Amino acid sequence: MKPLDTLKAMSPDALGALESAGISRRKFIKGSGALIISFSMGGLASPPGAAPGQAVPPDFNGPGSGQLDSWIAIGADGSVTAYTGKCELGQGLYTAQTQLIAEELSVPFDRVKLIQCDTALTPDQGTTSGAQSHPANFNRNNLALAGATAREALLERASTRFGVPVDQLTARDGVIGVTTDTSKKAGYGELAGGRAFGVALNRGARRKDPGEWTILGKPVPRVEIPAIATGQFEYVHNVRLPGMLHGQVVRPPAVGARVVGVDEGSVRGLPGVVKVVVKNNFVGVVAEKPWQAIQAAHKLKVDWTQGATLPDQRDFYDWLRNQKPARDTFAVNSNDVDAKLASAAKIVKATYHYPYQMHGSLGTSCAVGEVQGDKATVWSATQAVYPLKNTVAKVLGLRPENVRVRFRMGAGCYGINGADTVSYDAALLSQAVGKPVRVQLTRKDEMAWENFGVAYVIDQRVGLDAGGSIIAWDHESWSPTLGGRPGANNPGNVVTGFLAGFEPAAFAARTPAPDPTNFSNGSNAVPSYVTGCVGKRCGGTGKVPSQRVLIHNVPSPFWTGPLRSPARLQNTFAHESFMDEIAALVKTDPVDYRLRHLSDPRLIEVVKAAAKSANWEARPSPRPGIRRTGVAAGRGLSCVLYEGDNGYCAMVAEVEVNQDWGAVVVKHLVIANDSGPISNPDGLRNQLEGGALHGVSRTLLEEVTWDDQKITSVDWLTYRTPFVGANVPKIDTVLIQRSEGEAMGAGETAVTVVAAAIANAIFDATGARIRQVPFTPERVKGALDART
Amino acid sequence: MAVMNLKVNGRTHPVDVDPATPLLYVLSDDLGLRGPKFGCGLGQCGSCAVMVNGRVIRSCVTAVRSMAGSEITTLEGLGTIEKPHPIQKAFIDEQAMQCGFCINGIILTAKVFLDRNPKASDAEIKQAMSGVLCRCGANARIIRAIKRYAEEVKA
Repeated sequence: MKPLDTLKAMSPDALGALESAGISRRKFIKGSGALIISFSMGGLASPPGAAPGQAVPPDFNGPGSGQLDSWIAIGADGSVTAYTGKCELGQGLYTAQTQLIAEELSVPFDRVKLIQCDTALTPDQGTTSGAQSHPANFNRNNLALAGATAREALLERASTRFGVPVDQLTARDGVIGVTTDTSKKAGYGELAGGRAFGVALNRGARRKDPGEWTILGKPVPRVEIPAIATGQFEYVHNVRLPGMLHGQVVRPPAVGARVVGVDEGSVRGLPGVVKVVVKNNFVGVVAEKPWQAIQAAHKLKVDWTQGATLPDQRDFYDWLRNQKPARDTFAVNSNDVDAKLASAAKIVKATYHYPYQMHGSLGTSCAVGEVQGDKATVWSATQAVYPLKNTVAKVLGLRPENVRVRFRMGAGCYGINGADTVSYDAALLSQAVGKPVRVQLTRKDEMAWENFGVAYVIDQRVGLDAGGSIIAWDHESWSPTLGGRPGANNPGNVVTGFLAGFEPAAFAARTPAPDPTNFSNGSNAVPSYVTGCVGKRCGGTGKVPSQRVLIHNVPSPFWTGPLRSPARLQNTFAHESFMDEIAALVKTDPVDYRLRHLSDPRLIEVVKAAAKSANWEARPSPRPGIRRTGVAAGRGLSCVLYEGDNGYCAMVAEVEVNQDWGAVVVKHLVIANDSGPISNPDGLRNQLEGGALHGVSRTLLEEVTWDDQKITSVDWLTYRTPFVGANVPKIDTVLIQRSEGEAMGAGETAVTVVAAAIANAIFDATGARIRQVPFTPERVKGALDART
Repeated sequence: MAVMNLKVNGRTHPVDVDPATPLLYVLSDDLGLRGPKFGCGLGQCGSCAVMVNGRVIRSCVTAVRSMAGSEITTLEGLGTIEKPHPIQKAFIDEQAMQCGFCINGIILTAKVFLDRNPKASDAEIKQAMSGVLCRCGANARIIRAIKRYAEEVKA
C-alpha cells in the first residue's frame, strides 16, 4: 500500500489523531512506505526491558511496545492522543483507560483522545478478554507506564528549559510550572508538541499513588453513552464503505454436514445477486442489498450430506462422563487423598451438572471485509484484534502484514461470540468479489454455530473429621471441548474457518494425568478451601491440605469457547454448592463453616462484608420451621477468588420459591467485591450488577438444546433470557477499596458466584438441593417433591 | 424495485427498493441511520424498534410498503448528543447501559408507553417493557432511567 493509500484508508478520527501525533508516525509512513508494518517491526514490538530483537514467548496480552511513541503523542496544541490495544466491549474500558492516561500524564480527562485496537495504529496487546484488560494496562508496563514515562520526560524538558531541578517543578492540567517562580510555566504542547519523544518506556517512572488521584478513582461517565443513547454511535454494524455489497452465509443444516453440490442456477436472475461463493463447505451469497442477499441465501439450493449423529441430550451427562480417551489433568494432587478419606469419620458426596450455554449476543455478529488483491482490511468486533490479523491472512492466503484489523464495538460479546467467525465470512466473500462486503449473521446462524460455553459433570467428595471439619477434598470433572479462540494459528477453531477447510486445534488425549508441576487456578477447578500446595508453593486460599482435583477434557460435538467466566463459573457452582451441603450436614452456619476453612484474608473479608451488608442471620440451613407448600424465602452465600488471583467476590442471594410449581424469584443480591484499587467506581458497579443479572439468567433459564442432527435453541423463544420488564432483584454492591497493590479483573467475579448463591438460598428456603443448572420450575419442583 | 417516499424524522426521502423489504434495512442501509438495529430479525428482541405515527413497531418484520404516508421517528429523531431528549438524558445520567445495543428499542418503547400513560405504576411499566431484551444485565439501571423519565412526564 502506498503511503497515500494508507492515509486514505484511515478514518477521520484516526487521521486527525495521526496529524496531531507529530512526526514520529509520519516518519513511519514516509520512511517505511506503510504505517501498517510499523507494529510488526521487531524493535518496536519488543517488550519493555527486552533487548531489541529478543525473542519473546507468545503472550495473551501481546508484546505491547517498549517505545513511548507507540502509546502517546502530544500535539502542538497540547492535545494528547493515546493508543491502546485493549478494546471497549461495553465494559467501560475505553473510559477507564482514558482516565488512566489523563491521571498519569496530569492532563484533563477531555484532552485525551484514545485510539483503540487497530493493528495499523495501536500496540499489539493481544486479546481483550479474561478480565485481564484493565489489569494489563494498569499494572504492567503498558499504558499507565507510558503516561508516567511521558510525564517524567516532559518534566525533564521543562527542567532544561527553566534551568531548575525537576523537584522544583509541578505538572498539572497539561502545564508544568516552577514552584518557586509562578511566572515560569510551559504547556505540554510547547514542550513536546508535534515531536516524537524517542525514548523507551521507563520502568522506574513514578506511578501516582491512589491518594494523589484526581481523575482515576472517580465515577467518570462513559464516553460512548451520549452517542449510543441518541443513535449516533458507530457500531461495527454501522460501518458503511463506498461500493459496499452485502453477504449472507448458508450454514449446513446439520452438525457435520458437508457440501455435495451447489446449484448456482437456483438464484440466477434474482435481483441484486452478484455472486455465489463456495469454498470447501463454506457457502455464501453476495448481493447489492442486504434483503436481496437474504432472499438469495434462502433460495440457493445446496445439497448437503447427512450430519453426524449427535449424542442424545437426555443422556448427555452420562455420555460426557464415559468418553475415552480423555485429556486428563491434575490441578492439585497431594497423593494422600485416598488414605485421608479412608480415615475420615464421615464421607460426603454429590454430583453437579452444568449445560452448554451460549453467548447469545443481542445483536447478531457482523463484520465488513475489504479485500483487494493481496491486501485486506476487516472491520470487526473481535476481542482478538491482533491474532485475527494472522488468521484472516491464513483464511485468505495473504501475508499477515498485508492484513489490517480495525476494531469497532459490537453488541456485548461476553466471550467468543460470532465476531471472529463473521470476520472470516466477510473477508472470504469480499475476496471473491473484489469489493467491500458486509455480513451480519441471522439469529439462527449466530445461535446454532457459535462457540458455546461448556457443559460440565462434576463429582465432589470430602472426608470429615469427628468435629465436622474437612480433612480431604476430592474433585473430578468432565467437560467437552472443540475449537475455541483461533489465536494466531487456528482459524478452524470457529465454524467459518472449519467450513473453509481448516481443522480445529487437535485434541490431544492424555491418560493418566501427570502430576502437577506448579499451582495455577485459572479455571477455579481447585476449591477455595484447600491449601493449593504443589511442590513447595501453596497458592490456595484455604486450610485443607489433602486435596485432589482431576480434570477430564473430552471432544465436544459442538464448538466451544470462552463464555464469561469459562469453567470458573461451572466449578464454582459445584464447589460453593457443595460447601453449603457439607455445612448443612454438620448443622453449622454456612458463613461460619466457610470461614473455618479459609486462610486468605481478602477472601475472608469479602465473605464477611457481604454477610454483614445482607444482615446475615447466623444459623444452619435450611431455615427452621419450613412449610412444604406456598412461597418460601431463604438466603444463600457463595464466594470466589476469580481465576485464583484475579478478583475477590462474595454474594448473598435472597430468593422466594413457589413450592407449588417450582418457580424461583431472586429478590435481593448483595455483592462484596475486592479488585484492588478502583479506577472507576460506577463502572465497577455497572460490571458487578451486569454480571449478577447475567448470572441470574444463566442460572434460571439458559440451556443449549439439540436433536439428533442439529442445535434447536436458535432464537429467543427456544433460548430464554429475562425481558427487561421481568422482576429485577434489588442489587447492593459493597466495593472494597485498596489504596495499593495491583488492579484485578472485575468483569467476571460476580457472574461466577450467582448459581451457587441461588442454589444455596433455595435450599435454605425449602430444604431442597438443586444440583443441575438451569433451575427451571420443573427441575425445582422435582427436587421439592423428592424431599423426604 | 419501486420508488417510494419515506418520511423519517421529519424529512421525506425518496427510496428505490423492493416493497417487500423490511423497513429496518431501508433505514439502516439506504438512509444510513444508526438507531434501529438488527438483533433477531424475528420481532423478538426490540433492537429494531422505530416509532410510526406515535406507536412503536418492529422494523425488522414490517415491510416498507406499509409505510407510505407514515411518519417514522427513529432514536436519532428524538434528540442529539448536544441536546438529548429527556428520556435519552435519563439514560445518560443513570449510565443505564453496557454495550447499549438494546437501548434503541428500550428508549422508544418506554417513551411511547409513558407519553400515553403518564401515571403508569411500576407494575405497568414492567409490563410495558416485557417485550424487549437486554443481555448485559443493565436491567436495574434501565428501569431506574425509565422511572426517572416517568417522574418528569408526571411533573
